[in-house]
Amino acid sequence: QGGGSAVIDMENMDDTSGSSFEDMGEMHQRMKEEEEEEEGEAGAAEEEDGEFLGMKGLRGQLGRQVADQMWQVGKRQASRAFSLYANIDILRPYFDVEPVQVRARLLESMIPVKMINFPQKIAGELYGPLMLVFTLVAILLHGMKTSDTIIREGTLMGTAIGTCFGYWLGVSSFIYFLAYLCNAQITMVQMLSLLGYGLFGHCITLFVTYNIHFHSLFYIFWLGVGGLSTLRMVAVLVSRTVGHTQRLILCGTLAALHMLFLLYLHFAYHKVVEGILDTLEGPNMPPFQRVARDIPVVSNAVLNTTAKAIALTL
Amino acid sequence: FAGLADVSISEDIPVEGEITVPVGSHSPDEDFSTLDEPVRDTIMRDLKAVGKKFVHVMYPKKSSALLRDWDLWGPLVLCVSLALMLQGGSADSKDDGGPQFAEVFVIIWFGAVVITLNSKLLGGTISFFQSLCVLGYCVMPLTVAMLVCRLVLLAGSGTVSFIIRLIVVIAMFAWSTLASTAFLADSQPPNRKALVVYPIFLFYFVISWMILTFTPQ
Repeated sequence: QGGGSAVIDMENMDDTSGSSFEDMGEMHQRMKEEEEEEEGEAGAAEEEDGEFLGMKGLRGQLGRQVADQMWQVGKRQASRAFSLYANIDILRPYFDVEPVQVRARLLESMIPVKMINFPQKIAGELYGPLMLVFTLVAILLHGMKTSDTIIREGTLMGTAIGTCFGYWLGVSSFIYFLAYLCNAQITMVQMLSLLGYGLFGHCITLFVTYNIHFHSLFYIFWLGVGGLSTLRMVAVLVSRTVGHTQRLILCGTLAALHMLFLLYLHFAYHKVVEGILDTLEGPNMPPFQRVARDIPVVSNAVLNTTAKAIALTL
Repeated sequence: FAGLADVSISEDIPVEGEITVPVGSHSPDEDFSTLDEPVRDTIMRDLKAVGKKFVHVMYPKKSSALLRDWDLWGPLVLCVSLALMLQGGSADSKDDGGPQFAEVFVIIWFGAVVITLNSKLLGGTISFFQSLCVLGYCVMPLTVAMLVCRLVLLAGSGTVSFIIRLIVVIAMFAWSTLASTAFLADSQPPNRKALVVYPIFLFYFVISWMILTFTPQ
């Protein structure tokens, strides 16, 4: 084989650059060009001699060698890129849990810690939070179906997945950014894990209140169950932050977002008591259908109906 | 080499053997039949393999045949037929609230991919496509449930039909989950089976829910 020269140009081996395999590509390209020059010269010299021996044979061999070299380089680059970016083993440590541990963490997520002067340990695990987000998606679908929610642009499934994943990833990133500003000791995976387990309270609340339609029951669950899981997250964050202002900013934001999300999930995708829309839409709209997008109008109407329902039951 | 100098072959020993080149008679009729047969054989072989896997799903025993020669024809056929049957079940014709074809398709394949990734991350020994194959084939009981639901809905849509549909869907959902668990849970370390079974449960639950809440226009 006309093997390429193994000259490694050191000034281009810049390991600090992010795209080192592009540098390798340049290097290989240069190697190939040198080789082609060499082979071109050798080929030219031989061609004059081998005119009678078949120039096409030589050129064919040259072509084959060049193509082979290119294939080798391409394959090496592709396999390097693949092993670097498509390696799911990066995530493997975060899924290394036992069912007992998952159950214990689920129960712990509802119990606020008392000791806030000592940084609390957060398990950086992603299996539990991921499963909780998917469970929330399933519960949300159930709620949307029973309330005959009509989504005008988009699909039921897309909305549910987008809402839940968007909340989990988006609010985690936002709180992580705030934690960075407020000098809190928490990593991104820990934040994802903390918020994910905090969704356990949401799952329980929504599962119960999508099936039993009492607004007073929902408010009790909202304050009780939602409040407990929020308190737990807040306590863990407080234990990891120094300074009163920082603690206030961080925990206030998290508490507000978490509680408001539960409120939003309940009122946006929930079957409303019959007769509510008579006051809004008039007699044309059938009573059990409503559009999920008109949030402020609906929440006003829902508050009115809550008052009516409570007045009726009393 | 001195002893070999006087080796000679006597001329009355005949050299025996056969040199024949098989020449097939190339008549046009025979060309068509030789062209037809292999294709049909190939298709029948593939169909038989798919059919055998369906039988394995119907009676889920712990066999490795489903895993060994995986193929994705069965899951594709099941997914397409389920999505076609689930299409267009909406309450209002103007704003489509029911699942569309693309939605069901994406849910099934995306869900199967997520479950496979999850079982691989938990330390499973099964390969990506084997897992997809098993999950896809185990959608079959739910497709049967969808068929039954559509037939029941043709008869009427009252409380009785809802109860029948509920029972059928629950039974098929349990069957799907058990069938896929029988194949997939073996590839996990023994104390983590529950961690793998739960996403499968959720996946088939979502599909069952879409089937149960399907109301034709």
